[in-house]
Amino acid sequence: MSAVYVWIETFKGQAIPAAWEALGAGRTLADGLGVPLTALVFGENANAVAQEAGKYGANAAIVCDDATLNGFRLEPYAALLSKLVQDNAPKVVLAVGTSRARELLAASAADTDSGLLTEVLEFSLQRDGAVQVTRPVYAGKIISQAVGTAGKTQFLALRGRAFKPNAINESAQVAITTVAPVLSEDQIVTKIESFEEETGTVSLTDAAIIVSGGRGMANNPKEAPAGVTDAAVWKAQDGFENTLKPLATVLGAAVGASRAAVDAGYIPYAHQVGQTGKVVSPDLYIACGISGAIQHQAGMRTSKVIVAINKDADAPIFKLARYGLVGDLYQIIPALTAELKQRLGK
Amino acid sequence: MHVVTFTRSTPDTAARVEVGANGAVTWGDAATVVNPWDEYALEEAILQAEKGGGNSTVIAIGPEMHNDALKHSLAMGIKEAVRIWDAALENSDSLAYATAAAAAVKKLGDVDLVIFGKESVDVGTDQHNYQTARKLGWPMLSYVSRIIEVDYAAKTIKVERLLEQGKQIVTSKLPAVISVMKDINEPRYPSFIGIRKASKAQIPEWSLNDLGVTLPATQTRVSAFGNPPVREVQVEMITGTPQEQAAKLVDRLLEEKVL
Repeated sequence: MSAVYVWIETFKGQAIPAAWEALGAGRTLADGLGVPLTALVFGENANAVAQEAGKYGANAAIVCDDATLNGFRLEPYAALLSKLVQDNAPKVVLAVGTSRARELLAASAADTDSGLLTEVLEFSLQRDGAVQVTRPVYAGKIISQAVGTAGKTQFLALRGRAFKPNAINESAQVAITTVAPVLSEDQIVTKIESFEEETGTVSLTDAAIIVSGGRGMANNPKEAPAGVTDAAVWKAQDGFENTLKPLATVLGAAVGASRAAVDAGYIPYAHQVGQTGKVVSPDLYIACGISGAIQHQAGMRTSKVIVAINKDADAPIFKLARYGLVGDLYQIIPALTAELKQRLGK
Repeated sequence: MHVVTFTRSTPDTAARVEVGANGAVTWGDAATVVNPWDEYALEEAILQAEKGGGNSTVIAIGPEMHNDALKHSLAMGIKEAVRIWDAALENSDSLAYATAAAAAVKKLGDVDLVIFGKESVDVGTDQHNYQTARKLGWPMLSYVSRIIEVDYAAKTIKVERLLEQGKQIVTSKLPAVISVMKDINEPRYPSFIGIRKASKAQIPEWSLNDLGVTLPATQTRVSAFGNPPVREVQVEMITGTPQEQAAKLVDRLLEEKVL
C-alpha cells in the first residue's frame, strides 16, 4: 500500500522534537496524495515512540526494535529503509534534515535510484503527484525551485523549523507493523565506541532563540589574570561564559558565534553560525558584537526578529536588524539579562 | 595507498550572487574559489597521503570552470587532478554525480580513503557525499572533526564525529568515504612554487565513456532560480542608558511575542 513515510529520528529512545515537524509536513502531503501517513521508527523504545507519533498525526507506523539499530548508524538504517522503499514503493519519504536524516535519506535515495531534495523550505503538489519545492542554494543568496518525478518515490529533507507539528490528538490510534532488520551485527562495518553528550545546552538548529557573539566579545573590561598568554582570547572566552551565557540561560536560548570569534579561538566551532557553520532560523536572534559579514548573514538571515548590539553604528548587521542598540555590549547585555529576569519572573 | 578528494569552483564567498534577467545565476566578474568546505578536505587528503606514503588525487565533476579549483588543489600539494565532464551530466542530479564519482574512484584503483568537504555551497547540499559512498558500497563516516587513528596496512580507521547532541567516536574498515568539518585542520595556503607548477598543469578530462558507466535517470530538476525575498525590515534604533535600552528592547520583544 502506498503511503507517505516519515522517518522519526530518535536519540536514546526518544523522538527528537524536529520529528514532529516532519509529521506536520507529512500530513499535508498525505492528504494531498490521498494516502496514509506512516511513521518509521527504528531502534530502542520504537513501539512507544510509534504510539507518540500517532498522537502527532501518523495513521500507521512501521517499527524495528533491534539491538543493531540502537544508536544511529548509516549502514543498518539505510539497508532497512531501502528495503522498505523497494518493497512498498511509498510516494514520499521525508524527515527534517538533521545530520543523521540527511545521510540516511541520501543513502536510501541512492540505493533505490530515487530523487532527493534537501533543505526544503516550502513545497506544493503538482497535479501528477510530483512534489515541487523551494530550497536555498549559494549559501541562501539564491532560491531554487526544483521538482521531483511523479510515479517514483520522492525523498525530501526539510529545513528545520520550516514546518509546524500537527496539534496533538491524545486519543489517536496508530496501526503498528513490526519488521525485521536487514543487516546483522557481523555485516556492519562501523562500530560506535563512545558518545560524549553535550548536556545542558540548547541545540542551535532546534533553538527558538539564539544569542550570538562575535569579535566584539574581546572588549571585555575585565582584566585578564597574570600569566595568560593571550589577553584578548581570555577576555572573549570569559565574556561568552559569564556575560553571554547568563542571557542565553534566562531566555532558554542557544549560544551562537561568528566565524571571526570561532577562528580567534573564543568559542568552539560547534557554535559557529554562517556559511561554513550552521544555518539557523530562530524566532529571535540577538547578535552581540557581530559586524554582520555576508558569510554570517547567510546563516541567520531567515531569523524572524533580529536584534543587533554593536558599538559601531555603521556595522552592516543593522541593515538586517529589526532592533538596533548602539553601545557597549558589556553594559547592555548584563542590563538586558537583569531586565529579563525581572520581567519574565525568573 | 591512495587518497581521493573531490572539489568544485564556487563563487567567492563575499561575492554578490543573483539571478540575472535571463533567469540564470550570476556573480558578475567576481572570482571563483575552491568550495569553502573543500579546503579542509584537500588539506586532509594531503596529510593522509603523506602519512600513508601514497598518492593523492583530486576530482571535479563539471565544465571547464572547475579547473580553477583543481589547479588550486594542485598548488596546495595534491599530486594528481582529473576533471570529469560529459554532455549527459548537464542538468543532472546527485544520483548522476555519485554514479560518475564512484566510477572514477574505481577506475583509479587501490583507493583507501575518499574525503569530501561537508557540503557544496553552490548546490546547497551534501547528498552527493553519502550517495557516492553507497554507489561504491563503502562505509560512510560523515561530519568527521578528527581522525584519531588510521592504519593503511591493517585497513582500519577511527574518527571523532560532530553530531547535534555531542561527539561520537566510531571505527570502521577501509576503504571508506569520510566527510570532514572545519575543525579537522588548518588548510595551508598554496606556495608560490606550487602555484607556478599548477598553472602549467594539463588536467585530463574523462568522459562517461572513459569511466565505462551509464547514468541512472535524473529524478529531480531545477525549474527556476529566484532572488530571495527582500527582508522588509526598518531598523528601529533603541537609545538611552544601557538600562533604558534593555527595558525598551524587552517591551518590543514582548510585543513581538518572541519571548
